[in-house]
Amino acid sequence: MSVDLKPGFSQTGNLTAGNRLQSIDIVSVQSTEDRANALTSGHRACQGCGEALGARMAIDKVMELSRNKVHVVNATGCLEVFTTPFPETSWNVPWLHSLFGNAPAVATGVQAALKAKGMQDVTVIAQGGDGSTVDIGFGCLSGMFERNDDVLYICYDNEAYMNTGVQRSGATPPTARTATTPLSGPHPGNNFGQGKNVPKIAMAHGIGYVATATIANVRDLEAKVTKAMSMKGARYLHIHVPCPLGWGSLPKDTIKLARLAVESGLYPLFEGEHGVITGVTKIRKKVPVDEYLKLQRRFTHLFKKGADAQDLAGVQAIADAHIKYYGLLDDGDK
Amino acid sequence: MAFTLPYAITLEVGSSLKNKTGDWRTERPIYLDRLPPCNIECPAGENIQAWLGLSQEGKYQEAWEEILHNNPLPAVHGRVCYHPCEDGCNRKQMENPVSIHAIERFLGDQALKNKWSISKAADTGKSVLVVGAGPGGISAAYHLCKMGHKVTVVDSKPAVGGMLRYGIPSYRLPRDVLDSEVAHIEKMGVTFKFNTRIDNLAASIKEGGYDAAFLAIGAHIGRSIDIPNDGSVTIIEAVKFLSDMETETKKPELGKKVAVYGGGNTAIDCVRTAVRLGADDVNLIYRRDRKNMPAHDFEVVEALEENVKLNELRTIKEMKGGKITLDVMELNAEGWPESTGKTEVIEADTVIYALGQLVDASLFNDCTGIDVEKDGVTNVNDQFMTGMQGVFAGGDMIPSARTVTTAVGHGKKAARYINAYLKGETYTPAEKHETASFDKLNTWYYEDEDMREQPVLDLKKRTTTFNEVLGDLDEANAQYEARRCMSCGNCFECDNCYTVCPDNAIIKLGRGNRFQINYDYCKGCGMCVEECPCGSMLMEPEEL
Repeated sequence: MSVDLKPGFSQTGNLTAGNRLQSIDIVSVQSTEDRANALTSGHRACQGCGEALGARMAIDKVMELSRNKVHVVNATGCLEVFTTPFPETSWNVPWLHSLFGNAPAVATGVQAALKAKGMQDVTVIAQGGDGSTVDIGFGCLSGMFERNDDVLYICYDNEAYMNTGVQRSGATPPTARTATTPLSGPHPGNNFGQGKNVPKIAMAHGIGYVATATIANVRDLEAKVTKAMSMKGARYLHIHVPCPLGWGSLPKDTIKLARLAVESGLYPLFEGEHGVITGVTKIRKKVPVDEYLKLQRRFTHLFKKGADAQDLAGVQAIADAHIKYYGLLDDGDK
Repeated sequence: MAFTLPYAITLEVGSSLKNKTGDWRTERPIYLDRLPPCNIECPAGENIQAWLGLSQEGKYQEAWEEILHNNPLPAVHGRVCYHPCEDGCNRKQMENPVSIHAIERFLGDQALKNKWSISKAADTGKSVLVVGAGPGGISAAYHLCKMGHKVTVVDSKPAVGGMLRYGIPSYRLPRDVLDSEVAHIEKMGVTFKFNTRIDNLAASIKEGGYDAAFLAIGAHIGRSIDIPNDGSVTIIEAVKFLSDMETETKKPELGKKVAVYGGGNTAIDCVRTAVRLGADDVNLIYRRDRKNMPAHDFEVVEALEENVKLNELRTIKEMKGGKITLDVMELNAEGWPESTGKTEVIEADTVIYALGQLVDASLFNDCTGIDVEKDGVTNVNDQFMTGMQGVFAGGDMIPSARTVTTAVGHGKKAARYINAYLKGETYTPAEKHETASFDKLNTWYYEDEDMREQPVLDLKKRTTTFNEVLGDLDEANAQYEARRCMSCGNCFECDNCYTVCPDNAIIKLGRGNRFQINYDYCKGCGMCVEECPCGSMLMEPEEL
């Protein structure tokens, strides 16, 4: 009789947020009744907003680990706008907004002020979308990295400027249609540039910790927050957050899209310390990029009659390159 | 007077709660239970998903009690039920089904080992006669006794079990398992009377002062067929043969060459028994092909492993000089066998006819109003009542699939109608939830795990002894197997809905207390429904 029991096999294992068959100590904070709900109800994010979810997941974990001693600095963007329409706020945490481009610098200032007041046990988070992180605030971010300021920076990447009407950013993927990358010419949508891969740029600064995470895997996300919180200095967390409005996807598919981005290889999950990759989260059930792209209107032109097959092949090539570079498949699957 | 602008605009904590985003919604999520396919398929109506859920948590006694709500014989069923639940199991569409029967057997055996028992309701003062101590009679007796009625079971055979003992060979159901499992029903208060044949039912009911009767006398007359035979080949009826294995002190003598005519489960039981009695040339003869055999394929496989030769598409033409002539058949367009005109000859000392069974309805001698078919099958209404007031029937003697589990299901359902009849009430079964079909699941969330197989007795012992062929799953494997259950249609508190809601509109009520939806803030995105692994939620249009 076969008795090679997988240790802890428990119906859904770690794949679900919680699990009644597991000890309460190993399930995600998100699955517990006493999570902080850093971002409370009543915010004005669209139905199925991935960013609202990503922010609550990340900051709730920081609040648990820091025993609620957290200060958040927010760049301009969706997250700032939908959480704080005057005179309301959805934040259950000290929170500060200044400008689009200066969140990392303001966070550095907040951290310095706390230090001056002897409050070094307060965790300082700076956060923003891909617009403020990849483009507008990038100079300040690089400075914060380079000075190794004691700030955890979190980027919620929805791959365009959604708040202002879906304009492309440095994080918009090739072929995606946005207001500023319309469907025209032989290769419609965003071009196949080099993009701006901020997790890798952050790695190049040699900072203590860099990780990518997804709202489709809350346990992995929380583990990465935990790791980041175990360190001092500049740390960077990049969270992929699907946007039903900007991507033209169904609100119910937000988690599914986040999952397919990972499973296709388009969004690699990895972590690195001091410029070296230290771990990757393997693909569990590999899918072709089509499965991910087809659920989004911003990519429908790739599947229309007369589309240049090279465009779709180009997107698949990006996924394949990630799989190879990061080693995203188990050895047996190669 | 100095006027100073504030350094910054400050907003009140929690102020967004004033913004009830629920009014954005055009669809609303509903949290519900659906009926898993295993439960739907179970002829005994067991809530399989529920007892697997308890087994997952190691709550074996509670799991056993859950089975006992519907079926008093889990140790028996874990061995002899053909487990249609597993054919329905959604996990089948991933790797292979959950080995539900092996877990049921584990739980049944745990109950026997630990002497778990069930308590019954207060005495109602009513008494019920049950005729037939087979699975249908045992089931009805158990449920009626539990409801507080006085129950007497009578049977013409010398021991308990009906077809469980006199039809199913002991290598599939060891008799000590049957006896111990029935013992707890007897201990509960059911009276059994054996070697008691009832020929005049009406008189027996009157004499015993019974308020109602449940009949489950089975179908014990072997169907015969007229085939030319010069007397050189011995003919035995399958039911008589299997029964003689239990009742006769001397085992039936078959000779070395045995042929069994038929393709049902009884035919399989006969060939495998013949092998164990020492026959070295055992032929199974069936008029259609293997695909069309009524016997379950896993049993056919087990018989073939034991060296039984399958002669499909053959009928017996005549028996002469210790040889039987077989007509070679082919299937016509409608799938029925037609003779090709070719013949074959095989040798046989004995031929066992396993061609189906009839019901001996002679107990109705003095009854009126009972609707009995030619083959003895008795018709009942939708409450299992025969044409005679207060007389109910179930099991093989009424039109139905003739399986142990079907009979147990009849016994349970009939008991509920009898209970209502005795109390002058009407019993209405609870409405069934909609089906938790595979498309309702999000199977991403289940770990991929293959079925834990039961150990199988080695072939040498299988062909020479009546030792049980299939072995137990130990606790670790039984629990592991239970954890492969996906809890289709029934929330198992994975917390996904609570976690993926961007609006914190799912309220977690604490482990064991499930969830609530806060429609004040739910925007109706549907992520909770989409990411529910087990199909325990749905979206419904909002009334606008």
